[in-house]
Amino acid sequence: MFNRRQFLSTTAGTAVMTLAAPAILRAAGTPLKVGTYGGYFQDSFDKFIFPDFTAETGIEIQSIGEPTGEAWLVQLGQAARAGQAPADVSMMAQVARIKGERSGLWAKLDDGAMKNLGNLPEHFVHRYEDGAFYGTGAVSWYVTLVTNTTTYPEAPTSWQALWAPEQKDRLGLMSLASNSFLLEITATTYFGGTDILDTEEGILQVMAKLGELKPNVRLWYRDEGQFQQALETGEIPMGEYYHDVTGLAASQGKPVRSTFPDEGAVLDSGSWVVSRASKALDQAQIFIDYMAQPAIQAKLSRNVGTAPTVARDLTDLTDEEFAAVSSDKTPILPKAVLYVDKADWVSQKWSELVTG
Amino acid sequence: MNGAVTPRWIALWPALMLGLFFLVPFGIMISVSFAQRDAGGFYQPGFELASYARFLAPFFARVLGVSLAVSLGAAAICVLLAFPFTVFLASMSRKVQTRVLVVLLSVLSLSEVIIGFSLSTLLSQTAGIGNLFYWLGLIEAPRAYTPSLFALMTGLCYLGFPFAVLVLYAPVSRLDPEVVEAARTMGASAPRAFMGVVVPMLRGAIVGAFILVFVFTLGSYLLPQLLGRPEHWTLSVHITDQAIYQANLPFAAAMSVFLMLVAMALVGLSSLAARDGGAA
Repeated sequence: MFNRRQFLSTTAGTAVMTLAAPAILRAAGTPLKVGTYGGYFQDSFDKFIFPDFTAETGIEIQSIGEPTGEAWLVQLGQAARAGQAPADVSMMAQVARIKGERSGLWAKLDDGAMKNLGNLPEHFVHRYEDGAFYGTGAVSWYVTLVTNTTTYPEAPTSWQALWAPEQKDRLGLMSLASNSFLLEITATTYFGGTDILDTEEGILQVMAKLGELKPNVRLWYRDEGQFQQALETGEIPMGEYYHDVTGLAASQGKPVRSTFPDEGAVLDSGSWVVSRASKALDQAQIFIDYMAQPAIQAKLSRNVGTAPTVARDLTDLTDEEFAAVSSDKTPILPKAVLYVDKADWVSQKWSELVTG
Repeated sequence: MNGAVTPRWIALWPALMLGLFFLVPFGIMISVSFAQRDAGGFYQPGFELASYARFLAPFFARVLGVSLAVSLGAAAICVLLAFPFTVFLASMSRKVQTRVLVVLLSVLSLSEVIIGFSLSTLLSQTAGIGNLFYWLGLIEAPRAYTPSLFALMTGLCYLGFPFAVLVLYAPVSRLDPEVVEAARTMGASAPRAFMGVVVPMLRGAIVGAFILVFVFTLGSYLLPQLLGRPEHWTLSVHITDQAIYQANLPFAAAMSVFLMLVAMALVGLSSLAARDGGAA
C-alpha cells in the first residue's frame, strides 16, 4: 500500500538506501540501523528522537530512509533470504507489516525484556499467530471529517453528513479503498462496526451503501494538495482529510476545521518491526521499548504532529496539544488484513461499484 | 568510399538506441505481464494468463471504450481546429507566422500538471470563468465547469493542438496557392475548392496529425484524474492505480500491452485508409 507518509519522499528514500547498501557488509557491533519513511519522518526522527536515544542508551543509530512500503518490504525480504538486513528496525505501513508477518520476515522479540510494552493498546502490540511478539505501533495519525467553515458555520457531528442530499457535488474523498478507509467508515457508521467487512457479502453491502455517495462526490483525489487547496477556497467544502494538516491550516487562518465524528475518526499508523536477518536484536528491542515511553510519544506529538500510540493519561500533553493530534473518542481502526487477503478483489469491486 | 559520404553503419546507431530504449523495456513489460502476481510481495517470474484474463471483464471493456472515445474525440477536435487555423496561418506574413509558431511551441514546454491545475482553477466555482458569466448576467450563480467531460476535452485539446498544427504546418505552407486559383478559375466555389482540392491533397498530413494527437492523449493519465469524473478515467489511470497503488505490476503490464496493441491496430488501420484514399 502506498500512503502519504511514505509518498513524502520516495526518491530521497531510494537514494539513501542505495548509499546505505555497503553498510550491510559491515561487521556486527556497528550502529543500529533504523528505517523510517524517507523525507519528513526521517528528518524529524534525525532531529528530535535519535540523538536523545543515543545519549540515553549509548547505542549509535544509523538513520535509513525507506522507499514506499511494498518496495521496502520486497527488499527486506530478498535481503533476508541472503542473510542480510538493510535495516535492523523498520517503520512499516500496516498492510506491509501483515504481509511480512505472513512470510515470517519479522524477528521474534522478547516481550519480557520490554518494560514499556504495557503502555500500548492491544492493537499496537503485534504478535504472530502462535503468540510470539514481533513489533509495536510506531506512529499514528487521524483521518477525520473536514469542512470549510465559511460554507458550514456549524461543524458536522457524524460521518452521515457525507450522505446528506444537500451535499450534492460537494465532497472530496480519497480515491482508493486502501487509503480512504471509506469501507471502515461506512461499516462503522451504518453497520455497527467493521465486522461486516469479514465476508465478501458484507463488503458488497457496505460498497452498495457507499455507492449512494457517488452523486455527492466532486473529487476522488489521489493528490493531497489538490484537495487541500479546494477545501481552503470552499470549492469542495467537505471531505475526509488528515487531522494534523487541517489543524495546521486552520492555525494559519484558513477557513477549515477538522471534526472527530461521533462514530470516531480513522486511526492510521506505522509500526516498528525487526528483520529476521538482523544481528542487533538486543539493541532493536531497546529502541522499540524506548519508543513506547509516554514521554517519547508526547515528544513526537509536539514536534512531528503524530497522535500518541499510548493512552493519553500516561502523557503530559496539555488539552490543546492533545487536541492538535488526537481525540478521546474511540477510533475507527483500518482493517488492513482486508487489503492483504482480498486486495485485488476489493480494488476491482471498488472500481466497479464505488468510483466507477 | 570517400569521406564525404555518410558511412552506412551510422544507421545502426538509431537502430541500437531504438532497441535499447524501446524494444528492451517493451520486452520486459511483456514478460512482466505474464508473471505471477504475488500478493505477499511483488511478482514471480512465470508464464500465466491470469492478468489478461482479469482484463477481459465488461468493466475494463468499458474503460477501454472510454479511453479510445476520449482520445479519438480529442484528436478529431484538434485536427478540426488546427487545419483551418494552419491554412489561415500559412497565408500570413513570415514574421507573424514565426511568432505564432513560437507561442505554440512554448505551450509544449508546459507540463500536464500545470495545464491540469490551471484549467481546474479556471473552470472552478470560486475563481473561474463562472464568475465572469455571472457578472455578465449570463447565469444565475457562479458554477464550476470541472470535473466534467468538457473540462477533460479542453485539457487534452490544449495539449494536442500544438502538435496538430506543427504536423500540418509544413505541408500546408508548401501548398501551391495556384492550385486553389486553378480550381476557382474552373468554376469551383471557395468551400468546394477547399474541400475538393486542398483537403484531399493534404490527406496524409491530416491523418498524421490525427494519429499523433490520438496516441499522445491516449497515454495521458493525469488530466483525466484532475479534470474528469470517475466515468472519464481512462485505462491509463487504471494502469497507474494498479502499478503504483496496488503493486500489481503484472496486471498493469497486461493492460499496457493491450492498450498498445489496440492503439497500434487503430494507427495501422488509419494509415492504410490514408494510403488507399491517396491512391484513389
